[in-house]
Amino acid sequence: MSRGFRAGAPGTVLGLALLAGTSLAGFGLAGVSPAQAYTVYVTNEKGNSVSVIDTETMAVTGTWKVGRRPRGVTTSKDGKELFVCASDDDRIDVLDTSSGKVVRSLRSGPDPEQFILGPQGNLLYVANEDDSQVTVIDVEKNKVMAEVPVGVEPEGMGLSPDGKVLVNTSETTNMAHFIDTTTFQVIDNILVDARPRFAEFTADGKYLWVSAEVGGTISVIDVAARRVIKKITFKIPSVNDEAIQPVGIRITRDGTKAFVALGPANRIAVIDAKSYAVEKYLPVGQRVWQLAFTPDQKLLFSTNGSSNDISVVDVAAEKVVKSIPVGLLPWGVAVSPN
Amino acid sequence: MHNPARILLAPLALGLSLSGLSAARAQEPVAREPTAAIAPSETAIGLIYRPEAAPSSYDAEAVPEDEGVAGARMAVKDNNNTGRFTKQTYRLDEVALEPGTGGDGGQKAAAAARDLAGRGIRYLIVALPADEVLAVADAVKGQGVTIFNVAAPDDRLRGADCRRNVFHVIPSRAMQTDALAQFFTLMRWRKMFLIVGPQENDRLYADAFKTSAKKFSLKINAEKPWTFGPLAKARGDTPTRSEAMVFTRGVDYDLAIVADEAGDWGDYVPFRTVDPRPVAGTQGLIATTWHPMLETWGAAQAQNRFRRQSGRLMRPLDYQAWEAVRSVGEAATQKKTADPAVLAPYFAEPGFSLPAYKGVSLTYRPWDHQLRQPLIVVQPKALVSVAPEQGFTHQRTPLDTLGIDLPETTCKFAD
Repeated sequence: MSRGFRAGAPGTVLGLALLAGTSLAGFGLAGVSPAQAYTVYVTNEKGNSVSVIDTETMAVTGTWKVGRRPRGVTTSKDGKELFVCASDDDRIDVLDTSSGKVVRSLRSGPDPEQFILGPQGNLLYVANEDDSQVTVIDVEKNKVMAEVPVGVEPEGMGLSPDGKVLVNTSETTNMAHFIDTTTFQVIDNILVDARPRFAEFTADGKYLWVSAEVGGTISVIDVAARRVIKKITFKIPSVNDEAIQPVGIRITRDGTKAFVALGPANRIAVIDAKSYAVEKYLPVGQRVWQLAFTPDQKLLFSTNGSSNDISVVDVAAEKVVKSIPVGLLPWGVAVSPN
Repeated sequence: MHNPARILLAPLALGLSLSGLSAARAQEPVAREPTAAIAPSETAIGLIYRPEAAPSSYDAEAVPEDEGVAGARMAVKDNNNTGRFTKQTYRLDEVALEPGTGGDGGQKAAAAARDLAGRGIRYLIVALPADEVLAVADAVKGQGVTIFNVAAPDDRLRGADCRRNVFHVIPSRAMQTDALAQFFTLMRWRKMFLIVGPQENDRLYADAFKTSAKKFSLKINAEKPWTFGPLAKARGDTPTRSEAMVFTRGVDYDLAIVADEAGDWGDYVPFRTVDPRPVAGTQGLIATTWHPMLETWGAAQAQNRFRRQSGRLMRPLDYQAWEAVRSVGEAATQKKTADPAVLAPYFAEPGFSLPAYKGVSLTYRPWDHQLRQPLIVVQPKALVSVAPEQGFTHQRTPLDTLGIDLPETTCKFAD
């Protein structure tokens, strides 16, 4: 199964790094304008489409056709391309965000579910849910760089801010697998609660938050010590404990607030990310799974699978300000960097 | 005499009453010779089952020969995948008993169990009828062997005939009929017409349904025996059809409940009743653990993985065998050892939990060792509901609204 790390030509890697540097500079310039309008992309798992939403008008401006069972979604660093896991087609579709057309597809390995783009923007780390492995793809060359065997049903993908440690969570093995991104070897495995769905590093890289959908908890892991230092639990009056199923996690850059999607509890929990106290629950649509901030972190979007809509949260006010109908069974959400 | 259960959605007790089966079959199953020694780091799990006799004629939905076994095989792979990170390895030792019990099924099953235990195996998955489960349990009593019953739904195994060394993965009949009764209560369908097949298991299913009806205040407006033979299997003809139609005349009911665990005639009833009434029970709308229509809670992944491995759809017995093998793997991961002395008491502790594509973690009831689990209420082509239904609450967990609760249990574990 393991084919290990396939080294690419060193010259090419350097070239890509330079390229990524240029686009980052471009983003910096674009980022100064106030009241920035972003574009939100939502994958509709049963609609086989991506709903496109403009944050200025909060309206759906387009619906783009993609491969079957689209789930994980992310944009390129420059926002010009959109990557979509087409799980049932065993590929990743790459869309041109100006035309909304699939321009190419990446060889992702079987059943890609979630992925994360490396800091350089050239490597995509993909969880292959049906195949108990993580595939590392060079997105420019469409080349598999490594396949890393992990536990059963890998899903959550987190990357340390310095890009050195990749974390994958396996839903049936119930572990967070720590992977060295230079050697592509698993360096540690930390047992968490049942059915871990999502992994999110804090911006300082010191802590990793892992949600457990069936366990109903968030495990906060000390990254240096590699141990669970805190388990966050939830209690909502009038909601069965069984319905509290944490999935998506987003933590603000300043490290003060965390937002956790609670699945069929139809709530997003707002957590003090320093004290780990759950402060409030925001009512959103039904079966809320994935979350994404706008780059300025003023807004947060949630995908509500059963009500076929997304909720928009005003982050500073900690209030739901709008819900927007999208396609059938919305799963993932990503926001353009510009 | 009955034929092998032919339907895809057979009740949970698949092919358990084989006593009348003819010994003649096209192909004898070969008992796989288990490999000899168990390595110190290896956990061997035994599986004792009796393959269905091959169908005598064309059968679109014959029971696959590897029913149950295929689920256990997938779970061993899953255990080993996780075991790579916990330094635990697992293997499955399969023992296929001769088809047809010939009256000494219990002795053969007990001999197989003694042989496996003699070779150091401490976890046994048993896909056999109730009497044989008991024979196995008693044959290896006191040897530190934990037995998982994956195929016998009999309430007595969780009651008067309970055994400390047996855990029940398959939901009891009481759980199955409670699940349906909760759904009917939710829908306000109250008047039941119970139709009971000729076999002992059918009577037991009907008894469980009557208990559930009482528990959830449903009315049994009529009860009649089914006396028209295995018309579903025989692909029933016109004259008998009119006879069966007459049989449902003059009954005031909302719903016909069929008790036909072997799948002989239950599928014959829908759309043949005089009054237009839906059918539920062992056919029609059923309560079960697994179904091709289940895809939420990650079930789609298990369905895909199973289909890729076995080239067919996953059936309830496959899923139950998977749950049993995964119980061992999950307990070993949680306790960081596969030592049977540590795990045997742990299964019934509240700390143990098994995620199994049901949205909640599953646990074993300490008073009778029954696995608590949501049941899916499903018709042949669509998931209809999931029990426990909303609004049925319990001080412990809503899952305990299904089946026999602690105050009612007649189980007393003898030590």
